[in-house]
Amino acid sequence: MSLFPPEQGTRRSSGTLWGLVAAAAFAWVVGYLLNGQFWDRVVFDVLGLDPESRFGEAVRFFVYDTTKILLLLGGIIFIVTVLRSFVTIERTRALLGGRREGIGNVAAAGLGVVTPFCSCSAVPAFIGFVAAGVPLGVTLSFLIASPMVNEVAVILILGMFGWKVAALYVVFGLLVAIGAGYVLGRLRLERWVEPFVFETRLRGELVEPSTDMPWEDRLALGWQEVKSIVGRIWPYLLVGIGIGAIIHGWAPEDLFASLAGAGNPFAVPIAVILGIPLYSSAAGVIPLVQALSDKGVALGTALAFMMAVVALSLPEMILLRRVLKPKLLATFVGVVGTGILAVGYLFNAII
Amino acid sequence: MKIEVLGTGCKNCNALEAATQQAVEQLGMDVPIDKVTDYGEIVAYGVMSTPALAIDGEVKTVGRVPSVRELADLLARAAT
Repeated sequence: MSLFPPEQGTRRSSGTLWGLVAAAAFAWVVGYLLNGQFWDRVVFDVLGLDPESRFGEAVRFFVYDTTKILLLLGGIIFIVTVLRSFVTIERTRALLGGRREGIGNVAAAGLGVVTPFCSCSAVPAFIGFVAAGVPLGVTLSFLIASPMVNEVAVILILGMFGWKVAALYVVFGLLVAIGAGYVLGRLRLERWVEPFVFETRLRGELVEPSTDMPWEDRLALGWQEVKSIVGRIWPYLLVGIGIGAIIHGWAPEDLFASLAGAGNPFAVPIAVILGIPLYSSAAGVIPLVQALSDKGVALGTALAFMMAVVALSLPEMILLRRVLKPKLLATFVGVVGTGILAVGYLFNAII
Repeated sequence: MKIEVLGTGCKNCNALEAATQQAVEQLGMDVPIDKVTDYGEIVAYGVMSTPALAIDGEVKTVGRVPSVRELADLLARAAT
């Protein structure tokens, strides 16, 4: 399994290394292109299931989609991680240091997408940004955009809904991050930040993790990240696609049309509220949402639900409580939630 | 020598502590590993992505869990 073992005694020559990358890329493309045909063969010819039957259709949906999503996850996480190894959060902070609100929010949202960032670092990053003079609203734009437009969510939406919905998700996710950060900045809520944040003094100089890594290390980093993310989310993914397959096969076409179609004004807020506690299972939730949207849940409602799942997570709120007083935390959830609601209603109205 | 693991108890922070412990044992050193878990303290070191490793107050690695080999290397160099 281990293409690029990090603890290997001897270094590979760069020729062998790039040969491996080329071979893996070729295998990936072949696998992706033949995925549909391969499973058609296996499910309908070898196993002899009827393509017209519900069971046959559900099995085919499950194996085909699981393979497709795993391939997309593996390929895109690898590329994204390698590219991100050129960016560090310390550089991002330096870029945001002198920015005013407005343009600063736009820059922060954009940098939130490209900066390698784990939500477990949300608190040190928050303190570091604010202590370095990055305005509160700009810092919050960063903290909203980073999980909202994260690669796993975007890949899943790309795989399940196609590139158009994925593009809409990215664009409107960024707009929510920019808008919510700007509004929170204008509200002048610094008094609701825990005081120790402003008292934190940076002693010594800022540590810049080495960005002049050799390519071998960057590629190894990409491979490790693929293993770590896929290793963590695959059970959720299988359950989500499994339930999705059952809905695809058995649920009537318009099951949710009356309940959560564009006509029901309460569908969007309910979707947002339901999304907050579902964080860790984003990988399972998105395939499920795709199946639901096939059965009549309006696209805006589905988008709002996915944004709430990814951007407003209970564990992150608990972490941020260390630096934000409850009032600010509540305002944060309120403003971001309102932004997501607006996106949901907008889409239900225009699509 | 003073070895500090900067992190707030996330999975990778524990992994870094364990790997550092291994490296220390490999080198046959007898140095305790201190954990810095206070957010303000961590940021004061100039660190924003955890976990990080500081040897004698100087931050050596940030935001990742290096291999035991690399850690042993860092420790050996700092010891001389």
